Amino acid sequence: MSNTILEMRSITKTFPGVKALSDVNLDVREAEIHAIVGENGAGKSTLMKVLSGVYPSGTYDGEIVYKGEVQQFKSIRDSEHKGIVIIHQELALVPLLSIAENIFLGNEQAKNGVIDWDETRDGARKLLGMVGLTEDPDTLVTNIGVGKQQLVEIAKALSKEVKLLILDEPTASLSEKDSAALLDLLMEFRSQGITSILISHKLNEIAKVADRITVIRDGHSIETLNKEDITEDRIITLMVGRSLDDRYPNREPNIGDVVFEVRDWSVYHQLHRERQVIKNISINIRKGEVVGIAGLMGSGRTEFAMSVFGKSYGQRISGEVFLHGKKIDTSTVEKAVANGIAYATEDRKTYGLNLIDHIKHNTTLANLGGISRVGVIDDMTEMDVANEYRKKTNIRSSSVYQITGNLSGGNQQKVVLSKWLFANPDVLILDEPTRGIDVGAKYEIYTIINQLAAQGKAVLVISSEMPELLGITDRIYVMNEGRIVGEMQTSEASQEKIMRAIVRAEGKAS
Amino acid sequence: MTTETAPMSMPAQNQELTVLGALKANMRDYGLLLALILIMLFFQWSTGGVLFKPVNLTNIILQNSYIIVMALGMLLVIVAGHIDLSVGSVSGFIGALAAMLMVGWRFPPEFSFLANPFVAGAICIVVGAAIGAAQGYLIAYHRIPSFIVTLAGMLIFKGLSLALLAGKSVGPFPAEFQLLSAGFIPDFIGPTTLVPAVTAVPASDGVVAIAAVQPLVLHTTTLVIAIVGIVALMFFAIRGRQRRKARGYESEPFVLFVAKNLVIAVLVLFFVYMLASYRGLPNVLVVMGILIALFVFITKRMTFGRRIYALGGNLKAAALSGIKTERMTFYVFAIMGALAALAGMIYAARLNSATPKAGQGLELDVIAAVFIGGASALGGVGAVAGAVIGAFILGVMNNGMSIMGINIDLQQMIKGVVLLAAVFFDLYNKNRA
Repeated sequence: MSNTILEMRSITKTFPGVKALSDVNLDVREAEIHAIVGENGAGKSTLMKVLSGVYPSGTYDGEIVYKGEVQQFKSIRDSEHKGIVIIHQELALVPLLSIAENIFLGNEQAKNGVIDWDETRDGARKLLGMVGLTEDPDTLVTNIGVGKQQLVEIAKALSKEVKLLILDEPTASLSEKDSAALLDLLMEFRSQGITSILISHKLNEIAKVADRITVIRDGHSIETLNKEDITEDRIITLMVGRSLDDRYPNREPNIGDVVFEVRDWSVYHQLHRERQVIKNISINIRKGEVVGIAGLMGSGRTEFAMSVFGKSYGQRISGEVFLHGKKIDTSTVEKAVANGIAYATEDRKTYGLNLIDHIKHNTTLANLGGISRVGVIDDMTEMDVANEYRKKTNIRSSSVYQITGNLSGGNQQKVVLSKWLFANPDVLILDEPTRGIDVGAKYEIYTIINQLAAQGKAVLVISSEMPELLGITDRIYVMNEGRIVGEMQTSEASQEKIMRAIVRAEGKAS
Repeated sequence: MTTETAPMSMPAQNQELTVLGALKANMRDYGLLLALILIMLFFQWSTGGVLFKPVNLTNIILQNSYIIVMALGMLLVIVAGHIDLSVGSVSGFIGALAAMLMVGWRFPPEFSFLANPFVAGAICIVVGAAIGAAQGYLIAYHRIPSFIVTLAGMLIFKGLSLALLAGKSVGPFPAEFQLLSAGFIPDFIGPTTLVPAVTAVPASDGVVAIAAVQPLVLHTTTLVIAIVGIVALMFFAIRGRQRRKARGYESEPFVLFVAKNLVIAVLVLFFVYMLASYRGLPNVLVVMGILIALFVFITKRMTFGRRIYALGGNLKAAALSGIKTERMTFYVFAIMGALAALAGMIYAARLNSATPKAGQGLELDVIAAVFIGGASALGGVGAVAGAVIGAFILGVMNNGMSIMGINIDLQQMIKGVVLLAAVFFDLYNKNRA
């Protein structure tokens, strides 16, 4: 058994209103590939940000012991100095600079501030060789594929004399072949004495390369398994193994006829014309029914919802949308809203709210017609509406004049819900409605969803949290890589069943 | 100042705010007006009382009218998250077009109606709106940054006015057109004489001496309009407050409400009295007043205005709320173009000729006025009243410093410092809140 290179001791990290990590322990041995698995939002990425100094020491509790010394990283620079390099899910390359320039970005091969281009190119070529790339170092990063970009990131890490390489979902956007090459590279690094921490959803990959696995759930480290003990079942059980207690309000569904139906929906990638993101999806929702879409990040759930909602995502969209059996036009957001569809986005800060304006104006934004006559707003009506929905959704604020940017995540989400409730839709699509929200506010939002269904609306909930879907929906579609790969009544569903549908589809795709 | 008097932050339910709290909450609004008053008082003192002379006050309005007209459109542009650098050149170009239509070109008799000041004016507004629309089209639908489109527009229209005028000044304009800038509303009622030019003064020895004194004759129609306006303003303010109370929404403390409206009423009366003792309301002030009222209404009460604030605050969220963000941007630039045209005509009428250099650099004054008025360079924030006050702050400073005989170089520096200070104060205030 080799020595421990890294030990993280009882790490606790809190954000306003949310405890992201609590008492997490992790030990990583020298020259091993250590996998970290867990559901979305379990705290894996947060843990790695603590380790790499993105969250500087002092903003969390606990100790980081690296190579036998307690470390207090103030920034990424500090951790990189010690040979800890993190490669994020979203690549941090500058697309319009060359490969060589990217590799030495912030670490330029220069004398007295003048860049030595020969040194830069030679160095880059050597590093590229180590990751198995034969690209010309002068090639612009934007001109090589995602898989190769990932390798350039790793080459960049090698240039910093990396001892501990952290990869956050490195294969999420790679093809099968690129993924295999990347994993081979990690194994080669292992033989050279470089330690890797691998965050991944893909259990087959982990089974292939990892020496040990630590499972994280709800911000707690659950267990660390040795290679011999790794089985898919075991991992799934550990990942999802919490009980469904009374975190969800009681649901007594009263389900009617089909209200909303999407048939043969296909969408191509926003930028890459040839890449099909959504492949012939057909779904339906009944009156008073809450339907969930389960799936991992990147499975295309948000892309599906946004493309249905006024073609807000993608191109070459084909398929049909029906409301109450009649075909409707959802080609612009305005038409979709007018036809009774609402979509509350997964990213409320970027897409949901005008953060510099107050609750009142945000509440009425999607239905200004409802508070105005011939384009003139009646401020008394608007006040009434804003106050009514503030009360209905239980927004905690000093008044409707509070700026939404200053509200907590849960209350912001309630403002987004208020906005769409006031638009009075027949179909409400809620994308990750409880992401980053504390438990209490979650319960309130579940209650609102229940009430909406009871009023006869059709509700579609997209969520990465399987217990949530099991707790609040009536029926679940499972989505993977742009396809519906499973459909089940919630009463007969379980997290294992959902996971199995996803894993089986992954197996088929590979 | 605004039709929506509800303070920005109010406690939960039906309780009156403390005066201090409300003052703090509206620091920005009151602060700006207060700054204008202080600046005016300072120059009144430093110019030895010249600033408040009726003729000078009238002048300040005439000198700044075209800036204010363009600031109204620029406010929308900046709130929408854009910028328009072309307005100075466009206004110059339209001034040149107006001159050519009315004076420069000799139309054949069947087209001579084109030279009619009213027809020519209408053509100019339409052309201005079309110029704005063309720029807006490129910005909104082809996503070329507004900075670049309007920078190009600035160069193009600078060149076009030179070409149109063949490098010469063209004028003078017909009398009707000059009235736009040089005219005053007629006194329908007839003058009110408070102090006649000639007064009999009883002398100590029983002989009646004839003394010549400064006459004081007031423009009655101006006073009547002002009083009617103030009464209407008070009526709407009180009615709004009562409606809010009736629905259980509390508003600012009563003391503050009375104080604010009294101060505004007194200020308006004072200025109108000054104007009335000169030649009455300038025509251009009437045009400006109507436009300001219209833009306050658009930004505060109309869905169109609300949508512009929303798209400036968060473009993506606005689009996902069903707002046609491209169309809104397009309209905003078209409106800006029309206002630049109007400003160009006011400017030309004031000079009584169109010159190739007219309008150059005006865009910077206009943009500065809007930012001094509290608009955010990131979009989504700003008020019409603020932009107007911002323009007056700059205008009064120009006027006061000129009277004091301060060199133009120093004037520029002082204006730069004031712009920086205003924005700094704004950000400081925001960060503290």
